[in-house]
Amino acid sequence: MWTDFPLFPARAANFADKVDPLYFFLVAVTVFFSVGIFLTITVFAIKYRRSVHPQAEQIKGSLAVEATWTIIPLGIALFIFVWGAAVYYSYGAPPKNALRVYGTAKQWMWKFQHADGQREINELHVPVGQDVAVTLISQDVIHSFFVPAFRAKMDVLPNRYRTVWFRPTRTGTYHLFCAEYCGTAHSGMIGWVVVMEPADYEVWLAAGGEGSLASSGEKLFRHFGCISCHRADKGARGPDLAGLYGREVHFQDGSTRIADENYLRESILAPKAKIVAGWQPIMPVFQGQVNEEQMLELIAYIKSLNQNPLNVNPNAPVPDEEQRKRNPQVEPQVIRP
Amino acid sequence: MSEQAHAVHAHAAPTGFIRKYIFSLDHKMIGLQYYFLALVAVFVGMFLSLLMRIHLVWPEASLPWFGHIKPEQYLTLLTMHGTIMVFFVLTTAPQSGFGNYFLPIQIGAPDMAFPTLNMLSFWTTFVSFMVMLAAFFVEGGAPLSGWTNYAPLSAIPSAGPGQGLGEDLWIISIALFSVASLMGALNFITTTLDLRARGMSLFRMPLTCWAWFVTAMLGLLAFGVLLAGGILLLLDRNLGTSFFVPGGLNINGNLSFPPGGLNPGGHPITHTGGSPLLWQHLFWFFGHPEVYIAILPGMGVASQLLSTFSRKPIFGYKAMVYAILAIGILGFLVWGHHMFMSGMSPYSAFAFSVMTMAIGVPSAIKTFNWLGTIWGGRVRFHTPMLFAIGFVSLFVSGGLSGPFLAQPVLDIPLHDTYFVVGHFHLIMGVAAIFGIFAATYYWFPKMFGRMMNETLGRIHFFVTLLGTYAVFMPMHYLGMAGHPRRYSQLTELNFLQPLMPLQKFMSIAAFITIAVQFVFVINLFWSMKKGKKAEINPWEATTLEWTVPSPPPHDNFGGVTPVVNHGPYEYSVPGAAKDYTMQTDPATVAAH
Repeated sequence: MWTDFPLFPARAANFADKVDPLYFFLVAVTVFFSVGIFLTITVFAIKYRRSVHPQAEQIKGSLAVEATWTIIPLGIALFIFVWGAAVYYSYGAPPKNALRVYGTAKQWMWKFQHADGQREINELHVPVGQDVAVTLISQDVIHSFFVPAFRAKMDVLPNRYRTVWFRPTRTGTYHLFCAEYCGTAHSGMIGWVVVMEPADYEVWLAAGGEGSLASSGEKLFRHFGCISCHRADKGARGPDLAGLYGREVHFQDGSTRIADENYLRESILAPKAKIVAGWQPIMPVFQGQVNEEQMLELIAYIKSLNQNPLNVNPNAPVPDEEQRKRNPQVEPQVIRP
Repeated sequence: MSEQAHAVHAHAAPTGFIRKYIFSLDHKMIGLQYYFLALVAVFVGMFLSLLMRIHLVWPEASLPWFGHIKPEQYLTLLTMHGTIMVFFVLTTAPQSGFGNYFLPIQIGAPDMAFPTLNMLSFWTTFVSFMVMLAAFFVEGGAPLSGWTNYAPLSAIPSAGPGQGLGEDLWIISIALFSVASLMGALNFITTTLDLRARGMSLFRMPLTCWAWFVTAMLGLLAFGVLLAGGILLLLDRNLGTSFFVPGGLNINGNLSFPPGGLNPGGHPITHTGGSPLLWQHLFWFFGHPEVYIAILPGMGVASQLLSTFSRKPIFGYKAMVYAILAIGILGFLVWGHHMFMSGMSPYSAFAFSVMTMAIGVPSAIKTFNWLGTIWGGRVRFHTPMLFAIGFVSLFVSGGLSGPFLAQPVLDIPLHDTYFVVGHFHLIMGVAAIFGIFAATYYWFPKMFGRMMNETLGRIHFFVTLLGTYAVFMPMHYLGMAGHPRRYSQLTELNFLQPLMPLQKFMSIAAFITIAVQFVFVINLFWSMKKGKKAEINPWEATTLEWTVPSPPPHDNFGGVTPVVNHGPYEYSVPGAAKDYTMQTDPATVAAH
């Protein structure tokens, strides 16, 4: 792809066509002013050198001239700002029907999980012409998801899900970089985004996968024993999770918030941070028990309960004592404060 | 201000070596101490950049003594180059060095307001520099988390080699540096406000003094925040607090609990709930004003020199003062433009963006007023003037890439690429260094009583100007092509292969630019001993330092308080006998 001297990254997603005109306008403004100023300096240096201009003129300033070169740069600056803000605003939130991809960044690797269960490392396959939203979290330090050809960049934080979206417009293979310095092998944390025809993408999706994210999440939900408390029947010791995602949650202290992915993650890792009104703070801490990939699966499962609330079978067997002893990590450790 | 205050300072010059040259209370000696500290630091920093440029294009090269540079060593070099240059060169020489030496003389004071505090702040800076250099020699070596030191990379000792004791030393050094800068800032502000000679109203101060004064206020507000951030980071690293470290990090397969770490209650230490972005806020609240701390003194020097060597009053003196103040104030409202990609709401991004664009306006005023100062002048091209013009050139070419980075939407392709590296090296690095060079060539006769060699000065100027453009202009282009910064192994990446010839060109340009700096050092030390004897006022300038012998005596004015009758830039006044009117000339001179 980059066989030649690359002058400018390829334009392979929707935002590139909006960003680049502003980009080129700024290049033009910059060239105009630098050339203008450098020429002025040169002309003055020749014209007013001591040998040809023996008497300096007495000019202390001029309000009119100074006002002019205050107002014109101000006008240009505001014009650029308004233009840039309008384009940035158009990035907006990912469209509701965007194809969702989830990923974790770690030193020094990108891992992506597709909803249907396809997993990939340092490669991301997406269909052309379709909105794609990539939700990312880091399991260690800060990284940054950067695809120059898409004009897409987003820092990936260790404590918060963030989502970047784009609509690829050209098939091909494009560079994926980590742009936020992340330690010794930062320059090795690179990969490819492969933009495919939708039909090819379907073939690729079908080729692999070990069950959907939600079904992997359901296994974990049983494995960690979540199901023994979070159930719809009378034996429940925690709130029923069906329909939770996207709903407003009321807490003991009277506050509320929308149950989004960040809320679900926090409630699993540190359940005592926010206690749902009407329930006891008895849930153990899962920090250090659930890794970020498992977390994405659990969240996918909880989200799937919105469409399919009966997915939880209260009569399904819960892990017994024997099983817990064989898999000690299943038993969450309560860490004293 | 009052004569009484001046009399307090009129003490006899110390005679012993230690009181005169080591623990001196004289602002001039302290200024020189800062200057030579910065000179050592700039050569250390330059040497590190030399190794970096070699590693980037010839990673297999084996160097004498050093051997083969490993990728993680490159990252250490990068961290220490940035830290040493920003703190111990760009913050130290223009403000603490020249500011210390010339602020009191230019306002007609016998010394700084607090001479002992002044001495303390230099020696704290010295200790800080020693602690920073010590990081190279401890187990694991110097840190590699970058001069911005982002958490959690900087907060977790296991995140890389050098992130153990080396990183702790880095933080301690920066904390000490912050304390020293706070003491210095307090001294500069008090001196400017309280010790001006009779007749030296604020609006008769040379623009250099305005620049040092505003820079000191920036330092006072910014370094306190950096100090706090550094202490919190030390606590996170060593006592298990969680200001910056969120829970459950999994680094190299280890959870981020310090191995066997126990808090004072005997419980295992668990990080939970910290915010990595808090570090970025604290750091950039300091870090952005720091850019202006580095560049404002250079703006003051450029204004001073363009006026003096054009034999013309500065164009729009008051506008220049208001522009410095505007840049200082706006400089505190823009730190978020370093964090557009970190996850801020678009509305916050717009606020930071519009403030950043607004800084372009006072910067444009300054640039155009500099051109207006040369316009219609009688221009002398001595070496200090060349460097002042070079400063304007670099300020323009480095500054104009700012509006790109001020746009969140253009920050998407450009953030953390070589474009940023090119931008800040031109504006904050090389422009500020040109300010230091201009000041050195200009004030050398005053400081040492001899002139520097003009021929060597011109060679130094032209090679450095072309060399720095050759090194840093191509970086903008690399960034536009999508080349991320802080990548250590360029030769192993397919994408970067087509850009390698350009990288090699930049490395060679860097070697030449570094080599010519030795011409400067030779000129500096040779001229101290062998330079032509300087008169009291070799440049025929107007400000107070040119009324006293070279070098100035202890107490600067020999116990006599100067009286100021004129503004700082009265050149070529019609009807005057000579083409410059000293600030201390009798008031009647201008009336003739």
